[in-house]
Amino acid sequence: MKITEQEVRRVAELAQLALTDDEIVRMTHDMSAVLVHIDKLNELDTTNVEPMTQVLYEAEETATLRADVEKPSLSNSEAVANAPVTSGGYYKVPRVIER
Amino acid sequence: MTNHSIDSIRAGLLKKEFTAEELTKQALAYAEAENPKTNAYLTFSPERALAAAKAVDAKIAAGQDIGALAGVPVAVKDVIVTKGLRTTCASKLLENYIPPYDATAVIRLEQAGGIIIGKANCDEFAMGSSNENSAFGPVRNPVALDRVPGGSSGGSAAVVAQNTAVVSLGSDTGGSIRQPASFCGITGVTPTYGRVSRYGLTAFASSLDHIGPFSRNVRDSARLLQVIAGKDEMDATSADVPVSDYVAALDGNVKGMKIGVPKEWMDGLPSETGDLIQAAVDQLVKLGCEVKEIHLPHTAYAVATYYIVCTAEASSNLARYDGVRYTNRAASANTLADMYRVTRDEGFGAECKRRIMLGTYVLSAGYYDAYYLKAQKVRALIAQDYAKAFEQVDAIVGPVSPHPAFKLGEKVEDPSQIYLADIYTVTGDLTGIPCMSVPCGKTADGLPVGLQILTKHFDEAGMLRLAEAYERSTN
Repeated sequence: MKITEQEVRRVAELAQLALTDDEIVRMTHDMSAVLVHIDKLNELDTTNVEPMTQVLYEAEETATLRADVEKPSLSNSEAVANAPVTSGGYYKVPRVIER
Repeated sequence: MTNHSIDSIRAGLLKKEFTAEELTKQALAYAEAENPKTNAYLTFSPERALAAAKAVDAKIAAGQDIGALAGVPVAVKDVIVTKGLRTTCASKLLENYIPPYDATAVIRLEQAGGIIIGKANCDEFAMGSSNENSAFGPVRNPVALDRVPGGSSGGSAAVVAQNTAVVSLGSDTGGSIRQPASFCGITGVTPTYGRVSRYGLTAFASSLDHIGPFSRNVRDSARLLQVIAGKDEMDATSADVPVSDYVAALDGNVKGMKIGVPKEWMDGLPSETGDLIQAAVDQLVKLGCEVKEIHLPHTAYAVATYYIVCTAEASSNLARYDGVRYTNRAASANTLADMYRVTRDEGFGAECKRRIMLGTYVLSAGYYDAYYLKAQKVRALIAQDYAKAFEQVDAIVGPVSPHPAFKLGEKVEDPSQIYLADIYTVTGDLTGIPCMSVPCGKTADGLPVGLQILTKHFDEAGMLRLAEAYERSTN
């Protein structure tokens, strides 16, 4: 299925991407090409097929659980060290609510 | 000078032919001198490497066990985090990112005496199959410098092919270890999903991501895999399944091993690659393997399935690059919405944006059932194809890619055509079975072609044994 420029703009908003007009045109073309190929899946009847969300192999249902015990973790300064703007050990972002 | 194997380095160290420090200094100097030819390394880590080398030498002096990878120069794909060592994911967004922790695979290989000499270039966030999507420039194929090394682990493959590392770590989500191994004429292994911890692997598509080794011979991949495999409490998806002795498995016999060749893969394969794969299959017959044609009826649906699942998961995983925690933030952002949108638009390259957009679209209201749920159902059908095939055979062999390494810039204009070339590699990731590429000759132009080998979940031992027997018989 082809996608329209209007739909691409809506998806860009959902994806938090500020695409330029040129990017929208290119994206509409590229996404349409992939979506047309993807339509091929409609040839298959999957009515009674269980979806596969994860790679599965024989294992206990609780195999991935561990004891909930406290362990050392990153210090505050290590945790925020890569942030572009911090203040007093917090991440700082543009003002969201006006006083 | 780094035309060494893991075994030859161990022997040299124990016979005192060289020290780990000497070897590391030589390896660093050679790698730094050769790197401008290929751009395969993004960052070198001389301090970390020399400290690790001195620790190996101290163990030798003290008569202690030196570890399975002692003194071995290793490169690590730059999507795998290294504490205190810049990890960019080949993205402008993470240009200055200094991770506060090490990936489990990194910890394990350093504990075994491995020497990380640098971080390898790749496609941005491991998205691509030519390494042309790196924000820090493409990697060139050491075999033919006007051609791509494959991707996304192009740098990890190139450094091993170029002798600027002995082994390396890459990651594979849809073929990103096997395809560059094939293009560069080396061995690359994608283990079973969950066999190697992904703790510290930057998430791209979590139900498909793997870490695995590159090497110039099968034995070295077996040795590196041995070190990094096994349950890790830091990764809930790592499997609590005993790790076989992969190196011991190499000496086993492949006579009578049942091999399946998928008809759907061989039909329509371009002749030059097809002839080389057929010759490799004939060689397996000479080794006493029982070869038969098998069917993987949903092959034609694999690429569509893969590009729905991987983009959906990527759009979710890449949401964290929002200008708050560990990315550059757009200078012009004055509002929260601008901070997200402009940061992401300026930071991500074209391929990442395409995948984020596709993934967001297939997960969006009204399309989820038609695309994402449909793909998960077809993924189950593909897994059934393999389960049926493995009732008849021990291993499946075939091509890695329909064509050898292409020229830089040749295919950048048409992403959907690039995606279609992933047809033989994506099913290994969708099903989570172990798979690898081992060199099987060169085209008339001298371009390497890889033979793909796939086995049942957790049968890395059988896969490596077959690969090594083939390698030995053709050397």
